Amino acid sequence: METFASPLLLLASSGRAAHAGVIHSVIHLIYIFAAVMFILSLHWMSDPKTARRGTFAGVAGMAAAVLGTLVEPEIVRSGYLWIAIAALLAVPFGIKLSMVPLTAVPQRTALSHAFGGLAAGLVGTAEYFIWLHDGAPAAGMSGFKMGAIVFEVLLGFITVTGSLMAAGKLQEIIPTRPITYKNQNAINLLLFVIAIVAGVTLVLRPSWWPVYALFAGLALTFGVLLIIPIGGADMPTVISILNSYAGLSAVAMGFVLDNKLLITAGALDGSSGLILSIIMCKAMNRSFFNVLFGAFGQVQAAAAATTDKSVRSTNPEEVAQMLEMANEVAIIPGYGMAVAQAQRMVRELYDQLTKRGVVVKFAIHPVAGRMPGHMNVLLAEVEIPYDRLIDMETINPEFPQVDVALVVGANDVTNPAARHDKSSPIYGMPILDVDKAKTIIVNKRSMNPGFAGIDNELYYNDKTLMLFGDSKAALGDVVKALSGGGMH
Amino acid sequence: MQTDFISALYVFMLSSIIGLGVIRRVSRLLHTPLMSLTNAISAIAVVGAILIAGEQKSTVSSILGAIAVFASMTNIISGFLITDRMLKMFKPREAGK
Repeated sequence: METFASPLLLLASSGRAAHAGVIHSVIHLIYIFAAVMFILSLHWMSDPKTARRGTFAGVAGMAAAVLGTLVEPEIVRSGYLWIAIAALLAVPFGIKLSMVPLTAVPQRTALSHAFGGLAAGLVGTAEYFIWLHDGAPAAGMSGFKMGAIVFEVLLGFITVTGSLMAAGKLQEIIPTRPITYKNQNAINLLLFVIAIVAGVTLVLRPSWWPVYALFAGLALTFGVLLIIPIGGADMPTVISILNSYAGLSAVAMGFVLDNKLLITAGALDGSSGLILSIIMCKAMNRSFFNVLFGAFGQVQAAAAATTDKSVRSTNPEEVAQMLEMANEVAIIPGYGMAVAQAQRMVRELYDQLTKRGVVVKFAIHPVAGRMPGHMNVLLAEVEIPYDRLIDMETINPEFPQVDVALVVGANDVTNPAARHDKSSPIYGMPILDVDKAKTIIVNKRSMNPGFAGIDNELYYNDKTLMLFGDSKAALGDVVKALSGGGMH
Repeated sequence: MQTDFISALYVFMLSSIIGLGVIRRVSRLLHTPLMSLTNAISAIAVVGAILIAGEQKSTVSSILGAIAVFASMTNIISGFLITDRMLKMFKPREAGK
């Protein structure tokens, strides 16, 4: 790329007007190359074998796009200095953000959505500002362009504050419980209507800048209000929706700048967020509307009906024996496993059992973890082979053949009440059919109900044994019993 | 402007259809890296940010543009790095042993 970038720069300085057209054509070609790379990049994500190639394609596309943009004749000399300083400042920050522990990846993702939204919102604002101060209102703020700026700023700024709220909830700086108040939806609706009115006003009268300030402020406020009533359990869906918004704000920026590459890349991001949100919603049997306005997770106070049921408890030695004699074991990991930092112990258990010829599979519910696919990454980190990570649709029909199902830190996604109990708040949610296994072992700290506050029927099943205790310690004891048994 | 708008809309429609088709086939295992990858790709907003910061039309717009360059560059760097970091972890059974 650099080889023909420098002659282009020379051309730009000599015959500016004549050669600007040529340069723009070349830049367009570079952009087309970048767009192709981005599509290939996502295409290669279809298989873990080719996925890393996908990252390289993405990097190639991005590098080409950035270098191509840098030869734009419109960029002045001092501009390069500004760009260089901003980009250099981003290097240490970006590297630091890429090294977070994998349990913190959801927060990092939310934070980068906020950055994406910020970039879009600020570029939109700058575009508006430039037009306002050029002092030539007659010279072209078309209604169309203003409309695109309105969308860009709205989506961008909602994404900024919304994602910061989501990151705060995931990091548990902000309470993860839904925060609700009286007439919440009515107030949100009112603000939304005001925002629409302000947006339409701007399209009709672009020069009324106080309306712009009001509009940008409303978008920022709206992002906060949209996320505070949403509980921690719904964060995987929220992150996916915000992902989509961040993409769409890039699309709007593409419309403002009439840049097809921005539109393409933004649309790819937008559709990715959309598909992931749909998967998350289906996995929780919720609709978008319900996630955004339902204030889930605060109404379940009626978990008192189960007091007379009893559970059977077991101990690590017994568990070790059962696992050892099994032909097929399914481990059902939940986020509780990551909270207890028991992944390495799970890996050791996996090794011990595999060594004995026991087939071990991991049953992954789509919402296991705190963002789409999170559990797979957590288990890949401890080097569980990815062909042992089985998704819900595939493993559910296999549960009747499973000798021992071991539930580690998962709760609601294993609750059979979701299948038949119409009064249960999770009724209709697709679950892992753990109860169909021949024996079920549930590792749990105590009998406290899970995050959603719903009692789990599985624990009272005749086939279920409870292994109480911290996952790391309890599984550690199981592993110890297994390796001790293996000696003689 | 009218034809520009129509052709931009065309590009948007076609890219969305390609996006939906391609993303639908992404392995379920890789949804977390997928999100960090699309994050990095949508930081293509850097193109707009570079233009705004580079044109130096006014102090305010240059500052806003420079912040936008910073934000998108952060996403590009951290997005691609963390995606590759996660993808490196996914190993099949033979290699995992």
